[in-house]
Amino acid sequence: MPVTTEAIADAMYAMVKEYQGKKKFKAGDLTKAMKQQFGEADADKAACKAAIRSLIDSGRCVYTYFGGSFIEIPHEEGAASGG
Amino acid sequence: MAKSGGNGTPMLDELEKGPWPSFVTQIKEAAEIKEQAQDLLKLLERSYHEKIGHWKHGGIVGVLGYGGGVIGRYNDLQSEYPSIAHFHTLRVNMPSGWFYTSEALRTICDIWERHGSGLTNMHGSTGDIILLGTSTDELEPTFKELTDNDFDLGGSGSDLRTPSCCVGPARCEWACYDTLHITNDLTHHFQDELHRPAFPYKFKIKCAGCPNDCVASIARADMSIIGTWRDDIQIDQKEVTAAAKAGLDIQKDVCARCPTQCMDWDGKQLSIDNANCVKCMHCINAMPRALQPGKDRGATILLGAKAPIVEGALLSSVLVPFIKLEPPYDELKDLIERIWEFWGEHGKNRERVGELIQRVGLGNFLEAIEIEPVPQMIAHPRENPYVFYDEYFEEGDDESEDDQ
Repeated sequence: MPVTTEAIADAMYAMVKEYQGKKKFKAGDLTKAMKQQFGEADADKAACKAAIRSLIDSGRCVYTYFGGSFIEIPHEEGAASGG
Repeated sequence: MAKSGGNGTPMLDELEKGPWPSFVTQIKEAAEIKEQAQDLLKLLERSYHEKIGHWKHGGIVGVLGYGGGVIGRYNDLQSEYPSIAHFHTLRVNMPSGWFYTSEALRTICDIWERHGSGLTNMHGSTGDIILLGTSTDELEPTFKELTDNDFDLGGSGSDLRTPSCCVGPARCEWACYDTLHITNDLTHHFQDELHRPAFPYKFKIKCAGCPNDCVASIARADMSIIGTWRDDIQIDQKEVTAAAKAGLDIQKDVCARCPTQCMDWDGKQLSIDNANCVKCMHCINAMPRALQPGKDRGATILLGAKAPIVEGALLSSVLVPFIKLEPPYDELKDLIERIWEFWGEHGKNRERVGELIQRVGLGNFLEAIEIEPVPQMIAHPRENPYVFYDEYFEEGDDESEDDQ
């Protein structure tokens, strides 16, 4: 049975959540990890792109910029309150 | 703490002296109606005294669904300068060639006075309309008003930056392709790459209509698309004679300055050895009535320019010597996607495509994106040895001898 976009999105979310605060992932990092996990045939570039879009549009993840663009779990930023 | 205006900002006031426009004067004008502009002046004056910047940029601000277009800015003295505690920048996608109606400009300014500081920068170095200074709460309302008025955010972060171009055929007879149309087309075609960062780092496309390269694409764009022609320069001999009669020293100011010395002027007739023309545009610029680019027009695609951020500056180098650029530009789009595919797979974090090519070698890069090496990719003979000919060595030859 082919892997659904939601299944890929869930796997990406789990990965981002596990490493939150320790390592930041770019869209390309997540795509490579999903290709390894599900196989290139099931988790191709288009499927991973759709999964990332689903994560971002649902608000489960956000894009951040720290010298490059990353995908993270939404969190309160220290600098927002002067920290 | 310094007060804005008068003697409250003595160091900033220095920047109002002289005959030039001053951003200080303009911020002071805005400060009459906007508290943010007042605090901005005070904080800047303080930074000049302390020689310390008080801004942090980046972070997690943005609008829902987009990963680019908003650059978060916070100051680290928020209790002293509360109105600019958040002072985020929005990049708004400009129209191709920066053509506006006055109504469109008023619309943008009105939106920004309602939701932000009212301060703008027309335009940023990539070409976007820059809206300077708003709070996180105002981002979504600003975005809604902008999109309701047919504007959209531009690129920022590790994505395709807003493509830009010269005024092209709208104002310039030397345009060798429709820079305005292709820029608009690429912007619409690559919306996903523009708004949802998925690259190792930024990627800029700039379209120049002729080799004059008025948008400096060769120095500022990862992909420079520069108009050119592959037939002969068009000569109007009557206008050549008229230019000479008007006082132009054609031998000294045109022929002698041709970088390949491919022109000849016998006092009556100008001739050009077009096979040796390198399309520098000098003669055409010097005699615009007499000379025109050829009729078989298209563009040269160059790749790899960047400013010195992570590593040193690079100029773009030739990837495709000549391509006809006509809608729907499928050949170009396909090439761009092949480049992104390889870069996305092999690029390191914050590595521009030009740096990737240097790291892996142009030969390997060309093979990966399925482009044949051609002599135009070499800057000078025996320099940049990107092309190797395996057939140079015959079976049994010891290649190491040639390395010594």
